[in-house]
Amino acid sequence: MTNEGPATVEAATVVKQQDARLQMFAEFWHYFSINKGAVIGLVVFALLILVAIFAPLLAPHSADDQFRDFFLTPPAWQEGGNAQFLLGTDAVGRDILSRLIYGSRFSLAIGFVVVTTALVSGVILGLLAGYCRGWVDTLIMRIMDIILAFPSLLLALVLVAVLGPGLVNAMIAIAFVLQPHFARLTRAAVMAEKNREYVISAKVAGASHLRLMLVTILPNCIAPLIVQATLSFSNAILEAAALGFLGMGAQPPTPEWGTMLAEAREFILRAWWVVTFPGLAILITVFAINLIGDGLRDALDPKLKRS
Amino acid sequence: MSMTVLEGKNIVRDYHIGGGLFSGPRTVHAVKGVSFTVDKGKTLAIVGESGCGKSTLARIITLIDPATAGELFIDGNKVDIARGGLTREMRRKVQIVFQNPYGSLNPRQKIGDVLGEPLLINTDKSAAERRDLAMKMLKKVGLGHEHYNRYPHMFSGGQRQRIAIARALMLNPSLLVLDEPVSALDLSVQAQVLNLLADLQDEFQLTYVFISHDLSVVRYIADDVMVMYFGEAVEYGPRDEVFSDPKHSYTKTLFAATPRADVASIKARLARKKAA
Repeated sequence: MTNEGPATVEAATVVKQQDARLQMFAEFWHYFSINKGAVIGLVVFALLILVAIFAPLLAPHSADDQFRDFFLTPPAWQEGGNAQFLLGTDAVGRDILSRLIYGSRFSLAIGFVVVTTALVSGVILGLLAGYCRGWVDTLIMRIMDIILAFPSLLLALVLVAVLGPGLVNAMIAIAFVLQPHFARLTRAAVMAEKNREYVISAKVAGASHLRLMLVTILPNCIAPLIVQATLSFSNAILEAAALGFLGMGAQPPTPEWGTMLAEAREFILRAWWVVTFPGLAILITVFAINLIGDGLRDALDPKLKRS
Repeated sequence: MSMTVLEGKNIVRDYHIGGGLFSGPRTVHAVKGVSFTVDKGKTLAIVGESGCGKSTLARIITLIDPATAGELFIDGNKVDIARGGLTREMRRKVQIVFQNPYGSLNPRQKIGDVLGEPLLINTDKSAAERRDLAMKMLKKVGLGHEHYNRYPHMFSGGQRQRIAIARALMLNPSLLVLDEPVSALDLSVQAQVLNLLADLQDEFQLTYVFISHDLSVVRYIADDVMVMYFGEAVEYGPRDEVFSDPKHSYTKTLFAATPRADVASIKARLARKKAA
């Protein structure tokens, strides 16, 4: 023990550090995997990400290729179906399966961009409001209340109308609408943590306001934010689809799922497959992400932990 | 040689409570003109019931909250955080240990980082130096190297309080405010922590302001005792004087209320019970 060189001590601490991380992850996984639905959701979501990444390899056709001889071909297993088009074709002869596969890229991108934007801006505002209190708090939270007072889709619609239709503007609008939820959540968590003794201890140790906010308080508020971020992810996909359906989101011929639904609107009665499959794609994605969110809540909320 | 580390003159702290819908604004006088001096290496114990202003006074001394009126001198320098802010030098002279060892450590921070943080903020020592100092301090408070990389939830209450003490000492403060540091611990651990505090005081010539409502603890550790009652210092003097000859009626009540567990007093109590 006594003639242990500094190198071995260093190595030992590194190993221990990894151990601690592993242990934390093992604990997280234990609580997460109790929830079977969450694991299924995670698998579906992982598959979705793979599909989005390898879209060009998986899709049988390009998203925009029109096959003039195959307008509104039913799915392959139906009468009149064609094995070339597994899920059928739409009104201008494009393969629905390929469009859905390429569309997953848009949906995931929307989710990531919107959640990141909303999370970052919401956390900054909430942190400021919860930490500074006083007029800063009043100002920020009243603005958040005003945003929340609008029906979210309506507000997003208005914003897109002002900014001009398009996928990027739709994402900005949705992020703007989702962001007050993050701000409120962060503010509540910060207010709860701010007067804890470890924060005062850090203050007595001389920590600056910025350090207190970002290094001391914020990491302790992260668990509810992760859950909210997951649920917002599915919300963002839904709202983007809704905006697409209303013609304010991604513009045709982009193979975005909501836009595909909008294009298929007039064929609902004649060709069920043009609306059903994009709808199912949205449903499955959102459902899987919501399941993950539930599992995360179980795993990260200390109140639900049994030990 | 006696050097005054801490001096308070007529310290007052009022809290203004804003009026609600049906009540006007009120002012609560939490501390009403308290004066005291503590010499280097000595311990001043502040005793009193819950809500008498002990912890408010502790926060004023620790420079967390400003006093409404009165003067505070630390190492002979006048400090007023309401006006003119606070220099790093002053900040690091006073440190505090809280009552609840479960709330006073950041649950997301490893012990090594807990101890290193004051150095990181206040000095420009390298990571290796901070690590060495933290390791040394862990040894001093009776913990080991293996604890360096653990998280607070892996420790018992007594160990956490040791860590809190270690953190307070990282900056070599001249004054340490102990806000009921052993109240949340069980008796055997209380004794260990008190002994640790006494040893550290000898080693570093530390000055303590020890806040407590436990008279047996106070009798053990204090040099001077101040008894507070509704924001006023009703008794202030050397320990033996206060304990042997309490002057104020509240102090007498307080001493009478201390539970006694020696055999004679238990027998007397049982006898009284029988007679009644």
